[in-house]
Amino acid sequence: MTSHSPDTRVDEARREFMKKSAAAGVIALAPGVTLMTMSSEAAAKADPKKRWGMLIDTTVCKSGCDKCVAACKAENGWEAKAGSPTDPQWIRKVDVKDPKTGFAMSLPVMCQHCANPPCVDVCPTGASMKRADGIVLVNRHICIGCRYCMMACPYKARSFEHHEVPEEEKAPWAPRGQGTVEACTMCVHRVDAGGIPACAEACDKGAILFGDLNDPDSDISKRLASGPSYQIRADLGADPGVRYARLP
Amino acid sequence: MISRLTQLVSVFAAAAVLVLGAAGAQAGGIAPKVIIDKSKGECVLPAEQMKRQHMKILKHRRDATMYQGVRGGKRSLQACLSCHAVKGDDGKPVTIKSEKHFCRTCHDYVAVRPDCWDCHVSVPDKAAGRAALKHRAGTMRAEASGLIKYLEGGRK
Ligand code: HEC
Ligand code: HEC
Ligand code: HEC
Repeated sequence: MTSHSPDTRVDEARREFMKKSAAAGVIALAPGVTLMTMSSEAAAKADPKKRWGMLIDTTVCKSGCDKCVAACKAENGWEAKAGSPTDPQWIRKVDVKDPKTGFAMSLPVMCQHCANPPCVDVCPTGASMKRADGIVLVNRHICIGCRYCMMACPYKARSFEHHEVPEEEKAPWAPRGQGTVEACTMCVHRVDAGGIPACAEACDKGAILFGDLNDPDSDISKRLASGPSYQIRADLGADPGVRYARLP
Repeated sequence: MISRLTQLVSVFAAAAVLVLGAAGAQAGGIAPKVIIDKSKGECVLPAEQMKRQHMKILKHRRDATMYQGVRGGKRSLQACLSCHAVKGDDGKPVTIKSEKHFCRTCHDYVAVRPDCWDCHVSVPDKAAGRAALKHRAGTMRAEASGLIKYLEGGRK
């Protein structure tokens, strides 16, 4: 056999990667703590020990308030005209009402950053991906715009960019472009820099709590441990990282 | 003997063409002239390597950002754009729509048209610079507090 099988090609790529990793300096600060220095490149921020998540308190989220949505639009540069069936939507406010009792509440719904994301399962190119720290993203460099992931998502969290994005509307930290699928990135560019998502920052009622679900000492884990919380359609087994508190 | 002579003559002729060709390229030539402002520091790699490898550097970096969250520094796309910004008649950096844009000088000539600018801004962003600075300070704070937490935890 003279031609390379796909497997050997993968092995070659891996070997290249290992060589490069070996060349990168690893400084041990203390047992278990290391600083990786990739020749003047900044360090990797996607930490496999973490799982980023959000807890949304539906008892304080008010109907009619869309500060979180506005903040997401401003941060990530998308716009959805009212009634447009095709405009992008990274986060939206949903008002629900129990017709039997009349109990109503309002809650924001965005990408639920599932541990077992159906959008990743169906993607034919590997563009739909989950980072080591649980953030689910579209790698738009390899997205071909087939929209299988949009069909697979039980939360209707992803949308397709139908239009050209004009130069003046582009945010350097959140590139968006025609012909690819996009969704909430949990403001990955802010999180990597030690910040919190724009929606959580914008909510003046403190209804959106962001944090590490794997760290028992984080505020979010403590809140989750102290009372009931729910995942939307938990029965599907996708295990969303976005939880809702006191959702009936 | 005659064939040997023709051989020699043809070798000389070829050499002469080569010399003339090189001189032609030096005197303006047909290759595009790349304008580079060297005041902001050195490139990621020496110029000869950048000419051949810049697309590989960008693609490697792109994957590092997407999968591992590697951000900032000299290899980020924003850093390329801020060092390599070309000012237009209005004194502002030109966008990719202009033929003068750094990333178009060679690409137009060799007829490659990467789709990067469908999504990415093609000019250095002052606000982005500020945000990046803020980000970096935030990152360092987060890293320092993580380290302190670890060390304090170890002391207990
Ligand atoms: C369909 C949209 C899209 C296109 C087209 C696109 N990118 Fe990206 N690019 C992104 C997104 C989204 C990110 C992630 C930004 C983030 O998370 O901060 C990104 C990130 C990057 C990064 C890392 C950012 C940094 O800090 O340096 C590089 C490098 C990059 N892209 C290079 C390219 C190159 C080169 C091309 C053209 C061959 C290209 N991209 C085309 C959307 C796109
Ligand atoms: C700190 C400023 C700086 C940054 C950041 C930078 N460059 Fe450069 N670049 C330069 C300088 C200066 C030269 C000229 C080097 C020389 O001639 O010795 C250069 C040369 C080049 C060249 C060769 C051009 C030629 O014809 O000689 C290419 C291509 C290039 N850079 C692309 C990039 C890309 C792509 C990036 C981002 C990954 C980048 N540069 C980041 C300063 C920078
Ligand atoms: C010194 C000339 C030169 C400059 C300046 C230059 N490029 Fe290139 N670039 C090339 C050439 C030549 C190719 C095509 C190489 C090939 O065909 O394999 C190329 C290819 C690319 C590719 C790969 C395209 C593909 O389809 O595979 C990307 C991405 C790219 N350049 C990005 C950039 C960016 C971004 C800049 C500006 C920061 C830039 N280049 C500036 C000469 C240049």
